Amino acid sequence: MGKRDINKSNDEYAGLVKETSPNSPVVKNCFRAFVSGGIICCIGQFLLNVFSSFGMTAESRNTLVSVILIGAASLLTGLGWYSKIGKLCGAGSIVPITGFSNSVTAPAVEFKKEGFVLGLGAKIFIVAGPVILYGTLTSILVGIIYYFVR
Amino acid sequence: MDYLKAFAVGGAICVIGQILIDKTRLTSARILVVFVVAGCIFGGLGWNDRLADFAGAGATIPLPGFGNTLAKGVKAEVDSRGFSGALTGGLKSASAGLTAAMVFAFLSALIFNPKEK
Repeated sequence: MGKRDINKSNDEYAGLVKETSPNSPVVKNCFRAFVSGGIICCIGQFLLNVFSSFGMTAESRNTLVSVILIGAASLLTGLGWYSKIGKLCGAGSIVPITGFSNSVTAPAVEFKKEGFVLGLGAKIFIVAGPVILYGTLTSILVGIIYYFVR
Repeated sequence: MDYLKAFAVGGAICVIGQILIDKTRLTSARILVVFVVAGCIFGGLGWNDRLADFAGAGATIPLPGFGNTLAKGVKAEVDSRGFSGALTGGLKSASAGLTAAMVFAFLSALIFNPKEK
């Protein structure tokens, strides 16, 4: 053991850092997001197919599937499992509707200790609020433009 | 086959989100906003319906699908009620999802306590 070994291990470490930091985590994260997001959508597709075999209309099928996924994600969030899944899946757990449900349930559970009105009640939309606000504002613009150009 | 399409399209939309997270340092809350606003604009242009016809749940489950729901609702309301539909259509079409998120979040908060991080 001497200086040389230390230097070598430093070089190796530098190589390792270079190898792993800039590109490969992005590729790995994207792969994980692709697979996990794809799986969630396949679960949704399975439910859609089941409900269509019951003869439900497309609109009520889509609504019911969204509601079921929102409920499941809320339960997993309450159990503390969704954040664990999220660490593995990255955007795959954020971008589907289940991520929206998680972003509502997590603060609701978290801020309950600050009270039901100013804690849970006020902070339930602390993450999802901007989504609802800007989504609604955009929809008004779309509606106004549609009114004039349809 | 519809599972393959849902997987590919849904997964691809999530990859776009992942690239935004990794490359732009946008927080996930901002990405959700971007996706819903983009979905709503695409929905207004009628693009999302074509994607949904092709990919099924792969187009409706990711959040741009939620934006598309807003746009579809607002167009239907403008058709049936005229100009005031621009104000009522968005939230009306999103009401099931929003209400479900609130109800389940409230029930979860009643049942569960925060977990150790």
